[in-house]
Amino acid sequence: MRAGYVIRRLALVLAVVWLAASVNFFVPRIGGRDPIIEKLLQEAQFRSGHLDSGYREMAAEYGKKFGLDQPLYKQYVRYLTDTVQFKFGASISQYPVTVNELLANTVPWTVGLLGVATIVSFGLGTFLGALVSWGRTPIYLKALIPAFFTLSAIPYYLLGLVLLYFFAFKASWFPIFGGYEAGTLPSYSLDFILNVLRHATLPALSIVLVGIGFWALGMRAMMVTMQGEDYMVQAEAKGLNERRIFWRYAIRNAILPQSTSLALSLGHIVSGAVLVEVIFGYPGVGSLLFLAIREFDYFVITGIVFMVIVAIALAMLLMDLIYPVLDPRIKYSAA
Amino acid sequence: MTTVAPLHGAGVPATGKPVLEVRDLRVHYDTDVGQVPAVDGASFSLQSGERLALVGESGSGKTTLAMALLRLTRPPGRIVSGEVLLNGQDLLKLDDKEMRGVRLSGIALVQQGAMNSMNPVVRVREQLLDGLYDHGIKLTKVEARERVAQLLTGVGLTPEVADMFPHELSGGMKQRVCIATATSLGPKVIVADEPTSALDVVVQRQVMVTLGRLQAGLHAAVVLVGHDMGLVAQFADTIGVMYAGKLVEVAPVAQIFGRPLHPYTKLLIESLPTLDHKQEKFVGIPGLPPALLDLPPGCVFHPRCPSVMEHCRGLAPGLREEQSRRWVACHLFPGEQVRNA
Amino acid sequence: MQPAVARTRFGIERRLTGRWLTTYRYARRNPALLMGLAILSALFLFWAVGSLMVDSSEARPLSAPPDLRPSLEYPLGTDRVGRNIFAVIVSGTVLTLRIGLIAGAVGISIGTVLAFVAGYYGGWIDAVIRGVVDTLITVPQLLILIIIAASVRGGLNVEQMGLVIATLSWTRPARVMRAQVLTMRQRSYVEVARLSGMSGPEVIFRELMPNLMPYIVASFVLAVAGGILASVGLEALGLGPLESPTLGVTIYWNIYYSSLLHGMWWWWGPPMLIIVLLFVGLFLVTAGLDEWANPRLRKRI
Repeated sequence: MRAGYVIRRLALVLAVVWLAASVNFFVPRIGGRDPIIEKLLQEAQFRSGHLDSGYREMAAEYGKKFGLDQPLYKQYVRYLTDTVQFKFGASISQYPVTVNELLANTVPWTVGLLGVATIVSFGLGTFLGALVSWGRTPIYLKALIPAFFTLSAIPYYLLGLVLLYFFAFKASWFPIFGGYEAGTLPSYSLDFILNVLRHATLPALSIVLVGIGFWALGMRAMMVTMQGEDYMVQAEAKGLNERRIFWRYAIRNAILPQSTSLALSLGHIVSGAVLVEVIFGYPGVGSLLFLAIREFDYFVITGIVFMVIVAIALAMLLMDLIYPVLDPRIKYSAA
Repeated sequence: MTTVAPLHGAGVPATGKPVLEVRDLRVHYDTDVGQVPAVDGASFSLQSGERLALVGESGSGKTTLAMALLRLTRPPGRIVSGEVLLNGQDLLKLDDKEMRGVRLSGIALVQQGAMNSMNPVVRVREQLLDGLYDHGIKLTKVEARERVAQLLTGVGLTPEVADMFPHELSGGMKQRVCIATATSLGPKVIVADEPTSALDVVVQRQVMVTLGRLQAGLHAAVVLVGHDMGLVAQFADTIGVMYAGKLVEVAPVAQIFGRPLHPYTKLLIESLPTLDHKQEKFVGIPGLPPALLDLPPGCVFHPRCPSVMEHCRGLAPGLREEQSRRWVACHLFPGEQVRNA
Repeated sequence: MQPAVARTRFGIERRLTGRWLTTYRYARRNPALLMGLAILSALFLFWAVGSLMVDSSEARPLSAPPDLRPSLEYPLGTDRVGRNIFAVIVSGTVLTLRIGLIAGAVGISIGTVLAFVAGYYGGWIDAVIRGVVDTLITVPQLLILIIIAASVRGGLNVEQMGLVIATLSWTRPARVMRAQVLTMRQRSYVEVARLSGMSGPEVIFRELMPNLMPYIVASFVLAVAGGILASVGLEALGLGPLESPTLGVTIYWNIYYSSLLHGMWWWWGPPMLIIVLLFVGLFLVTAGLDEWANPRLRKRI
């Protein structure tokens, strides 16, 4: 039964990855825009009719790559094989920089920001949510509930705008944009690291504050449901002390659906983070995507989207594999 | 009568201080339309080793009463007044910490159904031990292992059960673990709220035998809530009949069945099917129990009572001692009013 | 029995009867629903009054002098290219809502149908639908929408945005309702209906659908909220109908013209406020509907 569970999850990952790749392939073709030609026309306009020799080479290379004279299914197969090897091609607007290079520069920034923000907001939010659901918590903590509600309803980037306005523009506590001070060279010095952290604070806060609201509300709802269960009455009847009941009986059980919720929200979190990066000019994958959309840099767009989807699918797979450790009932029941 | 050996205890000493005394206990539910008296002035006492069964229809207040004994009444329920004396100490006056200390060590609970009484993500071992730890008992790893094995064998389970999770156990096994937990600190009173519902008949008997054996060993009193009269008859020494939140009759089991006094009890006994002869019709009790929000004036049973008198519509009868160790709340038996009602 | 007397907050006793009484009692139990509806009504009022005051043509560029701070003539000032921001907000709110409603309505319809088919008939149909739904829920919605929106030549108008978002908005409602259908299918009244000869679709419509109404409505509200979120996201990235003054497109122009750095709070503040109010209102309503559908969360009997 263990094997079946894993196989099912793997199948889901593969399905997701395949779907992402296919959407990347078919949708733009249906849409009717041709990035190469558009770029060429743009350049032609810019240089008043003369096409630079580099662009001819590029057009030729891509023509061959797509085998545009080949039947569609052959193109599709080539595309799939290329994608599986993570060969995404080169950026059109920054030719000959490859998509992979661009990704290598930006991914660490995004992973750092999102990773930390998600962990902090999930941890803090879940704990606060559990607290406010508990009868004994003082009233002033429970007054946070409407705050959680409001916060969770704000899209990350809107909160980012507010934070930017008040803390970076009006009061210059934090820098306005960028990943680090423009002009400084990246290094491993403490100075630079602090610089990076300063720049990352507001973007991270926009995600964390909203996230706390969301996770707190979710956990509170789970905890309230748990408190009606028979084993909670049993725990009280055994005269267990409050701390044990809170952590070992209530939270330990409520964390299960909460974790599922986390796994399902990963896509949403990443989507929201894109705009946060744009607002703050943060040099991550999101900003890259924004620029690529502006330029209709097709290969960068599809490369990013594909990578992000794969990353999320893998993260979900990881969580799915961890889940049976948390919930001993899972091994024995069907998915 | 069946030929299977009854489950009775060794009999009840008629003298001695009661281990549990309940005086005029009232539990109300707060609703949008007012307070509902789920338990309206219940009074009884239990000797060590005595087994009391609370019976009545659904909604009669028996579970509410049982939970109130442990102060486990949850909102919107509320204990309004009364006294619950465990060896002379009023549990309702204790603060939260003290009450937690008394639970499990002084008075313990075995819940109904055992469907979900155990924490699903924690192993049996830990659930047997955590009550002990929180009552201040310190055990080394080895001692803990031994203790757990002892508790499990005491209820007829193998020590291997300790490392399992609740979902790996059958209903009967789970219930026996609950009994082991409930008796682990040697409580003076065990409250069992329909411990065998949702179990099949054979398992029911096993569970009741186990409970009885442990209880007798501890010389603890039992408050058993149930509506299976057959099971109750075999297990209990004393029966308390509840109707619409009031205790209407308390008497030794033989007398309840042999000579029921209260009209409701009479109807209840008469409605029980018997294996002695074939029955053409099944007799029920005409009418329905009243909604607790809209209780009839005077005696709550009078609208359905076959022996109703003019008197009954006006004044509610209190529990009176009709004979030694027998109480009835009915105007037909105007004995001395011993308890307030 | 005590007469049904309702005590209001200031201790005034009023005798309420019948339907008013049940409504009052329910409102006390379910403040979320009430507050949510109140917020949404306030927004509606704002739009109603606003559309009497301004004409939608004033939401176009060059209809007023640019860079004006709020004044009596221009209650929310003007933006960098001369749009009357008050007009922008008034017409933009409606447009954004329209996108949300299209996405929500189409999403709910597809989702409900698929949920019923999957939940009721089971078997391989269920397996296939469940697989598709699970896969689609996993992918980050916005990213797929970005690809779709970016690929369409000539950009999207308001209605098309709604439809594009609808391609993914049906997944969550489908999942939620499938679970509910599965639970209800087990219940005895469904068995009785089937045994008494009702055909599949009949059972679905007569028995299951009415009981699922709270979930359908709640899912619809959520889908609308999700649709608005997605549309604002797409528009802020520049993939929306740039000629229309929807809330998200307004934010895009804000980013484009760096209104923040120019301190033009009257330009970025209002759309943000409206969006937040919309979401809070919609989420409160959803929470309220949840309470209605799920009595276990109720605090009092």
